[in-house]
Amino acid sequence: MSTEITTDVEMITVVIDGFDVTVPKGTLVIRAAEKLGIQIPRFCDHPLLSPAGACRQCLVDIEINGRAFPKPQASCTIPVENGMIVKTQLTSEVADKAQKGIMELLLINHPLDCPVCDKGGECPLQNQAMSNGREVSRYEGVKRTYEKPTAISSQVLLDRERCVLCARCTRFSEEIAGDPFITLNERGALQQVGIYEKDPFRSYFSGNTVQICPVGALTGASYRFRSRPFDLVSTPSACEHCASGCAMRTDVRRGKTLRRLAGEDAEVNEEWNCDKGRWAFKYISSKERVTTPMVRGADGELHEASWPEALARAAAGLKGKRAGVLVGGRSTIEDSYAYAKFARIALNTNDIDFRARLHSDEEAAFLASIAAQITTTYRDLDKADHVVLVDFEPEDESPIVFLRLYKQVRKRGLKVSTVAPLASRGSQKLGATVLSSLTGLTLTEKSVILVGERAAETIGRFTAVASLASSSGAKVAWIPRRAGEFGALVAGALGNLLPGGRPVSDAAARVDIQTAWGVDALPVKEGKATWEILEAATDGRINAVVVGGVDPLDISAEALGQLLDTSTFVLSLEIAHSAITAIADVVLPVAAVSEKSGSFLNWEGRPRFFEKAITDSLTRSDTRILSALADEMGSPINLPSAKAVARELQAIGKWDGARASAPVVAPLSLPTPDGDHAILNSWRELLDLGTLQAGEENLAGTARPVEAVISAARAARLGVTTGDAITISTGRGSITLPARIGEIEESAIWLPRNSAGSQCIANLGAASGLVVKVAKA
Amino acid sequence: MDNLTPRDSEYGLEKAASESKPILDQSAGSFFKQLLGFWVTFVTQFKKVNTVEYPEVKEPTAERFHGRHQLNRHPDGLEKCIGCELCAWACPADAIYVEGGDNTPDAQYSPGERYGKVYQINYLRCVFCGLCIEACPTRALTMTNEYELADDSRRKLIFEKEDLLAPLRQGMLMPPHPMYPDSTDTSYYKGEVTGSHPSQESNPHV
Repeated sequence: MSTEITTDVEMITVVIDGFDVTVPKGTLVIRAAEKLGIQIPRFCDHPLLSPAGACRQCLVDIEINGRAFPKPQASCTIPVENGMIVKTQLTSEVADKAQKGIMELLLINHPLDCPVCDKGGECPLQNQAMSNGREVSRYEGVKRTYEKPTAISSQVLLDRERCVLCARCTRFSEEIAGDPFITLNERGALQQVGIYEKDPFRSYFSGNTVQICPVGALTGASYRFRSRPFDLVSTPSACEHCASGCAMRTDVRRGKTLRRLAGEDAEVNEEWNCDKGRWAFKYISSKERVTTPMVRGADGELHEASWPEALARAAAGLKGKRAGVLVGGRSTIEDSYAYAKFARIALNTNDIDFRARLHSDEEAAFLASIAAQITTTYRDLDKADHVVLVDFEPEDESPIVFLRLYKQVRKRGLKVSTVAPLASRGSQKLGATVLSSLTGLTLTEKSVILVGERAAETIGRFTAVASLASSSGAKVAWIPRRAGEFGALVAGALGNLLPGGRPVSDAAARVDIQTAWGVDALPVKEGKATWEILEAATDGRINAVVVGGVDPLDISAEALGQLLDTSTFVLSLEIAHSAITAIADVVLPVAAVSEKSGSFLNWEGRPRFFEKAITDSLTRSDTRILSALADEMGSPINLPSAKAVARELQAIGKWDGARASAPVVAPLSLPTPDGDHAILNSWRELLDLGTLQAGEENLAGTARPVEAVISAARAARLGVTTGDAITISTGRGSITLPARIGEIEESAIWLPRNSAGSQCIANLGAASGLVVKVAKA
Repeated sequence: MDNLTPRDSEYGLEKAASESKPILDQSAGSFFKQLLGFWVTFVTQFKKVNTVEYPEVKEPTAERFHGRHQLNRHPDGLEKCIGCELCAWACPADAIYVEGGDNTPDAQYSPGERYGKVYQINYLRCVFCGLCIEACPTRALTMTNEYELADDSRRKLIFEKEDLLAPLRQGMLMPPHPMYPDSTDTSYYKGEVTGSHPSQESNPHV
């Protein structure tokens, strides 16, 4: 990634503790001192939050052009100036005494409960009290106590007596997340962090407040009292939950993941992550985990089997069959590549599709033509003059993209438009203009169009995006919801693409891959999409399916039945028992993300590498299993490890030849429903019934309330107000939810797609575009 | 011989070999010298015996002998251990494993919020240095004088919390049970709780 070098910034030289340092104008004294390696103690100061000067711990002596400030000043609020001479605690006794005094004051009401406090051992207050505090306390009075802990949300707990009132949490939630649900209540000695009584602290980013709290005042309910920092073995990792691609840190104690923290990556997630990435990891230790290979016996039940037996059964079931491969969007790029190569070599087919969700052929054409060569990055969002969100809800579907946009909206009033049926909470925070379509939009070359995976649900949308981008020169980015989809696209886990974005239809592209793989021929016919594979399974055109981490209800209500009804051989590679393992002929257990090494590509196409965090795990990655299976079938793919895949992908490289042409599909006009009916709209909220969030009840407690959004006119017509139950029904079934009156198109209704009590595909048979009946319950 | 291999002379072996002399003196005078050696043995027969016939006879250890650990209880029976892991942190042999847990109103094991849910000491590793005792902020962990810790399997030498907890004395109740009425964890540490209260017997888990 190129680092921009800007030369037009005025540089200022200051003297700190006798050393000269030259920094850009506007740099704070505390940062300039850091540059010299001088550590000034601090609590409230955070490089990504606005200066507050709340804790007063960073006092230093400052003199400008011979005139000294009469008292020590907070170095975290004062920018450098020409002729400034700074004396920190290292050279000024006054500053040192002031800092010790502040520390003593902070410790007056801070309890000495370090042995029971989760922060003990990694606590800035503990550390700085040792480095910059008095040796003994002179305080003999009674410390202030509160009832503890107070639950700020089901996930974040507050111990008020430990708080040093640095306001990091409140500044974070206001400035970074845009959810000002917590604030400092009362004043003076009674000041404390609190929640607004009417608005619970329901933020998707609340976990960051726990991480940046410089004392143990905010703690996570799931990690409370679980371990000590010295117990944990930390591994840098990447988040498997969405395509934002956060750097993470996974802390493991004796083979068990105890917590995950946001890692630092200035280009991607800065220092933040979302609550799902932070807390949704219990699925790894779920009781439903598949632990041994399983084979369906003559009695129709699954039985535990040895690896050789299961692999032999799987090989026999797949060999010589007309097979299809369904890869969930959760695979690493290495695993996706293994599936892609396995399909082409061992199964001799292009029938592979990573899109385990609603999808369209127009989307496949868009992916092959445009998405495979996207170079848009987070930096482009920082510089954009206008960002258009198309069927993409960043707060729910890629939270770090939301944080990046919100930062620019706050900083310079970035213009955001969204093509969506309603103004969601996220778009309200971004001040987004809600559009019904892309027509009439004028963009420049600095504009960015962010198109989500749900664009596949509106016919003609990808065509409109492609033509708008080519006519205006605006940058495009395709942001799928799942972490593995972009990698799967590049790895060639799609019917019309080979690895590196090579079109299957291009003979030269096929020759490239043939050479790389050392095979004589590759299947020529473009592969089927997920829906076609499933349909073909019902009429026997396909009689074997390899399924890797797919929930059939993500695709359609019929998908499971389509695999069940026939004599199709189903091989399932899964981490936990699911609807697919229940019908599979052979089930092979695979490693979860923390049990293997590999990488994801985030939506920018940036690789996000991670190492095996649970080092003594014996589970195997999909890559290793597929490689062993291919050997068993007599058509080896030679991928013993993730490293081998990385080497092959490196050698293959990107396609520089002709791309497929952009899709041209005319938009379809939606039906106009009458007064009793509405057009269904939905998307998955960040916290919902997703499989990877299983087993984490504290996290589920911070999900947004499950509500159906209707327009004011419809509410009046139905005679309901916010909170009254309404029933949404189709021929297949119905959902009853409390209504919420919102800014939504008159003809539309919005539901959460996969939340408790509102599973659109399972209950209504569709997730969007369908005309549903709406009635008062 | 190459230059890299050290020669015997460098070790001083050649010199030692040249200077050593065989013992050649086998004359009669040396016989009396040998008898003199047996005098010590002879005299010792009439001295007071220092050893005891262990295990039939056992003598008390020194008062502050470092023996097996014990997890102490408050006077009402609640555990003193708060699961803070400072003992594990202090342990130079990595012999202690602790997992903390939340006290709930239904299941209170120690005063305050936190208790030691898992507590193991591995006596294959423990060097009985006593640093864990010094680290313990609540005096929950102390050492007894018990030293007979040998056993016939490695498994048996990992002591669990049940093995280490002190027995219930007069007036103590088996946790989990509620804290003493109108008390806080501070009152326990100040020694204000001196025994159990009848209301603490209402334990939903027994």
